[in-house]
Amino acid sequence: MSRDGSDVPRGGGATYLGMPAFPRAADFPRAADTATRDGRLRANLRHATHTIRAKRARAVAELDDWARLREAGAAIKDRTLRHLDHHLVRLEEAVTRAGGTVHWAADAAEANRIVTDLVRATGEREVVKVKSMATQEIGLNEALAESGIRAYETDLAELIVQLGDDLPSHILVPAIHRDRGEIRDIFRDRMASWGRPAPEGLTDRPAELAEAARQHLREKFLRAKVGVSGANFMVAETGTLVVVESEGNGRMCLTLPETLISVVGIEKTVPTWRDLEVFLQLLPRSSTAERMNPYTSMWTGTTDGDGPRVFHLVLLDNGRTDTLADQVGRQALRCIRCSACLNVCPVYERAGGHAYGSPYPGPIGAILTPQLRGLASPLEESLPYASSLCGACFEVCPVAIDIPEVLVHLRERVAEGGEVTVRGTRTVIRPAKRHATERAAMRAARWAFDHPDALRRGQRILSRTRRLQPRRLPGPGRAWTDSRELPAVPAESFRDWWARTRGGTS
Amino acid sequence: MSGGTSRERILGRVRRALADVPREERPEDHPVVRDYLRVHGERSPAETLDLLAGNLADYRALVHRVDAAGLPALLARLLAERGAHRVLAPAGLPRGWLRDARVDVLSDTPALTARELDVVDSVVTGCALAIAETGTLVLDAGPGQGRRALTLVPDHHLCVVRTADQVVDSVPQALERLAPVAARPLTWVSGPSATSDIELDRVEGVHGPRTLEVLLVAGDPRPV
Ligand code: SF4
Repeated sequence: MSRDGSDVPRGGGATYLGMPAFPRAADFPRAADTATRDGRLRANLRHATHTIRAKRARAVAELDDWARLREAGAAIKDRTLRHLDHHLVRLEEAVTRAGGTVHWAADAAEANRIVTDLVRATGEREVVKVKSMATQEIGLNEALAESGIRAYETDLAELIVQLGDDLPSHILVPAIHRDRGEIRDIFRDRMASWGRPAPEGLTDRPAELAEAARQHLREKFLRAKVGVSGANFMVAETGTLVVVESEGNGRMCLTLPETLISVVGIEKTVPTWRDLEVFLQLLPRSSTAERMNPYTSMWTGTTDGDGPRVFHLVLLDNGRTDTLADQVGRQALRCIRCSACLNVCPVYERAGGHAYGSPYPGPIGAILTPQLRGLASPLEESLPYASSLCGACFEVCPVAIDIPEVLVHLRERVAEGGEVTVRGTRTVIRPAKRHATERAAMRAARWAFDHPDALRRGQRILSRTRRLQPRRLPGPGRAWTDSRELPAVPAESFRDWWARTRGGTS
Repeated sequence: MSGGTSRERILGRVRRALADVPREERPEDHPVVRDYLRVHGERSPAETLDLLAGNLADYRALVHRVDAAGLPALLARLLAERGAHRVLAPAGLPRGWLRDARVDVLSDTPALTARELDVVDSVVTGCALAIAETGTLVLDAGPGQGRRALTLVPDHHLCVVRTADQVVDSVPQALERLAPVAARPLTWVSGPSATSDIELDRVEGVHGPRTLEVLLVAGDPRPV
């Protein structure tokens, strides 16, 4: 295996639409329009989301106190966010006391620089990675490649995506858009250029494909000197990091290398050890629809004779503090990345993950990306419109993020302008030009929010105000309604609408 | 190095972002109502054990029940059925457990590399506790469990649970019990490694042990 990095695949075609430094797609509706025409993609997505959705409902129904756990989960996250500075300082102290080193990264470039320097200091030219949204968000693999460091994704789905020179399309099942035949072809054609080739005569049986991945990656785990991870939770009180996973590749990356570097968004903090009792019930049931996921790893700094001898924690801001500054939008920072909102979203089901132009697809992406990046381009401006406001995402969210509320809030920001925080500085943005005609509709929406009873009755706002909406949305909304896959504003309640259409193609 | 200044910058941004939070509010003031259940349902110890066994099996672990005296013979049989030759024993594993097994017992030493672990057939460990409601085993690197790599690299893991004092009902109970050892590396295991990444078909065994056998032992197997 070459170690000089000269054979690092460059990932030429694989860029998120709208990722800085790459050519941007115009906006969500245009990207979605392309995706909705891809029959196979839609069939794969539909099968997957419907399967997970039904399983999840059963896993959740097993717990009589789900609603109370959900309330507690939301409250713990709010409690944390309201004093995030305090908890971050405590976390830093605890991790340092336990033998770790804490770094702070204000943005993606700084985080990438820190990680690249840390890897370089080890003298290694390759790292093994466990799936992490934060490192996708900052484009770490590409940054490492520029310095001649090869990052191996080790999650089965991420491996499929990486070998296929592709992009993840789902938080939990990133290769959800690939079927088994495609996966077999990718393994057969591409494994050899990344390491151990696929076995001769590989078929498309899932067990065989998994075995091929096991063999291909084991060789990398056994020689890896540096591991890179994210984390699902960080406990400020104890300095403990938690990674929740299924395959065991996480355990490999967290345990076998000599150096571990974890890049984690600052909002992943929880105050106390006890708080895990809520999230370790909410997360597995809500994401993989399991009572408990196969493996959960918890570590605190370093431990003599067990696991990495060197541990670095990189705390990532990259737009999170800007999101925190928005009193309506900050609830997006409660997100535990379970992906339940994707699986119930009729827009996601049709558009697919890539149309959202970031590692955060679906409803959470529609509210998180415009806040993390700011309303910086037509893509971010169009994302708050990537929804029919049916409210299904809010209903399933295990930390009760009112995604429709944030969507409407962001639409108002797009249409009317107003105060936002960009890289820590308060600025007033002007209305996006094309949205002028929509301001009247936004005023109507605001009326509904000023009258919470109307909301509480369970009919989401736009069905109440729909007569005030143009039939075809102006601006990015127009292109979206042009794909004609969904009513832009359902006149009926979500349940009725869903029962009637059942996700059919109309 | 921009680390120091970025720390101050981020903390400063956080504080400005939270200008709406009243100055006098303390970190624990925002209410968190913990009226969720500590245990889901009422069960006798025997029922809890049945639930554990059922949930373990549901996630494709192989479950065996035995009393303390029968443990060495059961381990010997399971290892023989598996065709295991080299069996790894973490420090602190009661010596008697493997006395009937016709295998080479390899005691863990820090010098054993991951590559050497990769050619071991099976590993036998105890655990810190087991959670009935979720079918979960928790390892805390204590005696008889060893470092994390031991239960990760080999393909076959046999885990002994003392039913008398190592089974809890629920996740909240487990975390409460684990609080004193929170600083240790903890591994929660619920069934063998699995993936659903290929068209959502669950496939057992990607990177961790593909076979997980759980031995629920009545009585105290330590002196065995
Ligand atoms: S927004 Fe809620 S439902 Fe969606 S991924 Fe985050 S926690 Fe899950």
